[in-house]
Amino acid sequence: MQSKFVPTQLLKVAGVAALVTAAFSIQHADAADKNDIIRIDGSSTVYPITEAVAEDFQKAKRIKVTVGISGTGGGFKKFCRGETDISEASRPILSKEMEACKAAGIEYIELPVAYDALTVVINPKNTFIKSFTVEELKKLWEPEAQGKIKTWKQINAAWPDTPVKLFGAGSDSGTFDYFTEAVVGKAKSSRGDFTASEDDNVLVQGVASDVAATGYFGFAYYEENSTRVKAVPIVAKAGAPAVLPSRETVMNGTYQPLSRPLFIYVSANAAKNNPNVKAFVDFYLANAKTLVEEVKYIPLPANEYAAVNEHWKTMKVGTGFGGEPEVGVKITDLLKRIK
Amino acid sequence: MTTQASVLKNLAEVRAMIRRHKRNDLIFSIIGLLALMVGLLTLLTLFVDLVSDGYQRFNLDFLSNYPSRRAASAGLLSAWVGSLLVMLVTFFSAVPMGVAAGIYLEEYAPKNWFSDLIEINVTNLAGVPSIVYGLLALSLFVYGLGLGESILTAGLTLGLLILPIVIVATRESIRGIPVAIREAAYAVGATKWQVVFHHVLHYSSGGILTGIIIGMARALGETAPIITIGALTFIAFLPPSPITDTAPFINFEWLSSGFTVLPIQMFNWLSRPDHAFHINAAATGALIIVVTLLMNGTAIWLRYRIRKNIKW
Repeated sequence: MQSKFVPTQLLKVAGVAALVTAAFSIQHADAADKNDIIRIDGSSTVYPITEAVAEDFQKAKRIKVTVGISGTGGGFKKFCRGETDISEASRPILSKEMEACKAAGIEYIELPVAYDALTVVINPKNTFIKSFTVEELKKLWEPEAQGKIKTWKQINAAWPDTPVKLFGAGSDSGTFDYFTEAVVGKAKSSRGDFTASEDDNVLVQGVASDVAATGYFGFAYYEENSTRVKAVPIVAKAGAPAVLPSRETVMNGTYQPLSRPLFIYVSANAAKNNPNVKAFVDFYLANAKTLVEEVKYIPLPANEYAAVNEHWKTMKVGTGFGGEPEVGVKITDLLKRIK
Repeated sequence: MTTQASVLKNLAEVRAMIRRHKRNDLIFSIIGLLALMVGLLTLLTLFVDLVSDGYQRFNLDFLSNYPSRRAASAGLLSAWVGSLLVMLVTFFSAVPMGVAAGIYLEEYAPKNWFSDLIEINVTNLAGVPSIVYGLLALSLFVYGLGLGESILTAGLTLGLLILPIVIVATRESIRGIPVAIREAAYAVGATKWQVVFHHVLHYSSGGILTGIIIGMARALGETAPIITIGALTFIAFLPPSPITDTAPFINFEWLSSGFTVLPIQMFNWLSRPDHAFHINAAATGALIIVVTLLMNGTAIWLRYRIRKNIKW
């Protein structure tokens, strides 16, 4: 009369299994022995470096590592709740986050691991822009420009009276915080009427397909797409030469103010008490130069890596920044500030 | 003579009318075909595009490798195992609850304002954006119940997400059963419980299964709620095995393990600067589409088989 399939039995099995599952899981979630797993979360910009380190570390040492992408801000939220051992950041820790960590009793060791150059790009068909001064970028991106600055001529009288289309980082990203600090002078202060995306490929696509467009994103995305978009040289201040972002200009410090250090923040508690975390950071710093180059980011100069290594050995906690993404600090000076 | 002429004239009018109606038929069937083609061709274009971008990665290594910084040797192992385990939890949480709720609402619930309220709620839940389930799960499962960012949390979240689908499918197929069947069962002295379990549920199993599988296929592709509850991106080890070689041969540690799933791995690869990773993303997309189509195909096949065997 009917098929062999008996739903009644299936349902009974499923029901029992669900109950057992629920009963066991609650016990286990509490007793989660996650100490042997190194938990890392944070910036999507720093992710490729950490991924490379984690991959090699896991092969060499057989210690489990997980890496998530929550953005710099989201990463710090988890870090200051004690959910992660290491937080990746594309900007220094902000005062709000410092307070959250302090309230939870979490101390951290600030370690710069690489450089990135925020690259301002235009469409390759745009021929009238030879360089941007920081002043011009500020005019274009500051909050007061919203709804007012609509054509290139309004920024520089020498440019044509054609419309401007803007593409920029999403407001949750460290890239947004750093760009606004460097250009406008205050983190998170930007005009709102631009196309924002956390996915830099969307920004590349936007600028590549619109002759009126300009935007900014990390150097690795520019390098991969250098035929589709054109980087604009930046004039740091009046009288200074226009500098194109490149490995050399970032490492010798002439590409200012848009070159930025990338960080990992290591929980001091984990660093001191969890030998796995210590081994991981040792491995990170020992292999940073090769791996950073391999994933097409810009490594720190040798003397700065030496200084970072020294800093890690002393395990001094705290940040060298005052709770905002300060622009143009030398890493060697920065580390000296941390007492 | 005049009558014949009028009949002939009439006939001509009727023929014209039939022609007109046939033409309308044709026009409508063309419109229908075009509408069908829009849906079908979109899917086909998408699929062909993904396959032509990603075919270089179609090999066993892609399924047996962990994620890596080198696009060519990066694989999906942790992602597909994660997806499988999450689906397992989803199945065991949504199916018993959904089917039971469907049976209750159809067979047991008294027709009053409270049942109406539940009914309206269930129907509305089916239309709630998935990200909302993610936010609910974040505060309820991750922090409220302290389940953490685990496979269990993800499975329960997706279970909630497909619960309305399972409930609605269960109710629809129960409604399709002729009253005569129930009455016959009651007539030979069956209790309500026996009627429901031996007859109603049995004959509606085809429709219920279809609903379950379609719900599972949807859960497989969900990304937003999984990101919200904190799925990982790089994970190069597998959760503890559910089956062990020592007694009691089964353990539940994997439930509290961190995880990643196929759509998240795809999303991550797509947002990388290096174009080689976009090939991986395309291959993953093609894989997700194939698995989804297979699941839906199984649903159709099962429904056909079970229906064929029911003779009343």
